[in-house]
Amino acid sequence: MSTSYVVRFVLIMTTIVAVLLTVMFLGLKDISAKNEAVFNKKAILSAVADHLGEGVVHKDLTDEQIVDIFENKVEQIALNMSGEQLDAQGIISSGYKGGKPENIDMAKEKKKDEADRILPVYVYNTDKGKFYIFSVRGNGLWDEIWGNIALEEDLSTIAGVSFDHKGETPGLGAEIKDNPAFPKQFKGKKIYNDKGQYTSVAVVKGGAERGDIHAVDGISGATVTADGVGKMLATGLRYYEPYINQIKGSKPGIKN
Amino acid sequence: MAANTVQEAKVQEPLFGKKERKLLTDPLSDNNPITVQVLGICSALAVTSLVLPSLVISIAVVFVCAFSSLITSLVRNAIPSQVRMIVQLVIIASLVTVVELALKAFNYPVYKQLSVYIGLIITNCIVMGRLEAFAMANKPWRSFLDGIGNGLGYGAILIIVAVIREVFGKGSLFAGSPLEMKFIGASDDYMINTLTSDWFGWYSNNNLMVLPAAAMFIIGILIWIQRSRNPKLVDIS
Repeated sequence: MSTSYVVRFVLIMTTIVAVLLTVMFLGLKDISAKNEAVFNKKAILSAVADHLGEGVVHKDLTDEQIVDIFENKVEQIALNMSGEQLDAQGIISSGYKGGKPENIDMAKEKKKDEADRILPVYVYNTDKGKFYIFSVRGNGLWDEIWGNIALEEDLSTIAGVSFDHKGETPGLGAEIKDNPAFPKQFKGKKIYNDKGQYTSVAVVKGGAERGDIHAVDGISGATVTADGVGKMLATGLRYYEPYINQIKGSKPGIKN
Repeated sequence: MAANTVQEAKVQEPLFGKKERKLLTDPLSDNNPITVQVLGICSALAVTSLVLPSLVISIAVVFVCAFSSLITSLVRNAIPSQVRMIVQLVIIASLVTVVELALKAFNYPVYKQLSVYIGLIITNCIVMGRLEAFAMANKPWRSFLDGIGNGLGYGAILIIVAVIREVFGKGSLFAGSPLEMKFIGASDDYMINTLTSDWFGWYSNNNLMVLPAAAMFIIGILIWIQRSRNPKLVDIS
């Protein structure tokens, strides 16, 4: 077969394939984007899984329910690193076309310089009070780990956390997500001590002391991942400090 | 008359004659892509820690294998032999992209869970191997059946391995799907709660089963069992 035949064959083949795949990609784009958004929202809500209301199980939430909760009960805020709230324009200029705080991709933010980052806050309003959900991201053993931390109205007590990871070892590091007992430990811990100093919550190898409200047990065999969680919380929650201080400062005035 | 029709049938080639059926059943045991041809081991180790992703990837491989065989066979006489490998790869890659897009649109959680492994179907030796060995030299219908057969043979082993790994590694079955069953574990969700049960207090899930190494052992044992039971596979050399 001549060279010109080969060239013609390849050209025709690639054109057909390219057109077919493009058509399919464009056709399914909207559905996939919606799926991705719902998936991320579900991950955020998993931090307040215990506060979704009587009989509502986080795992069984339907897509519609998730969208509904986000529309009606969740207030989204985007912050810059000094705790100022950003409007849609500010979010767009940080590289998110959607212009909503939920569009913020923590993976992208982690790559930016610390001063340029923006942070999402999700305020979940229930009859029993507000929950503030903060997003954090750090490093595990093999790859990135991330989580959503829900704080109670005092902005110190943890109401719930959820973690996820990209490639931690199943049965060891992956336990931060797979073993419900690990995130459960964080519930009720405080990130500020009595004097109002920021302490975060440490993950202690070999087990935290009983009754320590600023530490939880590590995972045996997964020290690096567990340490990563501790570090991620310490730095990630500190980014929110300006915002936390604002809310705390304005509290007495609000009274409702 | 009777003799006439028989002859006609022979010329027409039956849809499901003996040979065609053999194409479907052979890869399930005598010529299994994993245990006999030892192809596709990489993905068999990686995705089999849970049954649901294994099932999804099996369906995807059956689809990709069958249709890439069909398409390759249809155009086999037009493919220039100098670039045939690239052509085969393009066909496989576009079908895998179709699977990926479909999964992303219709089952996003599973898409997330499988992440890179869907893309890795492209490099699954089974698909490429069948195209080179069979589809390039056979008619479309037979190639299609061969593709389905090999996909199913691959899937069968994947499901067997995944069931063993999930039951002993996690104490559950079909985790992540509506059919989820939880057998044994340290919380109240499970049928047998090792924390409160009088009989199973000693039991804890086998963490090795969760690691890819366990799949290697299980596949090894499967190969062993199959070889010792199937006289056709006994090595006479």
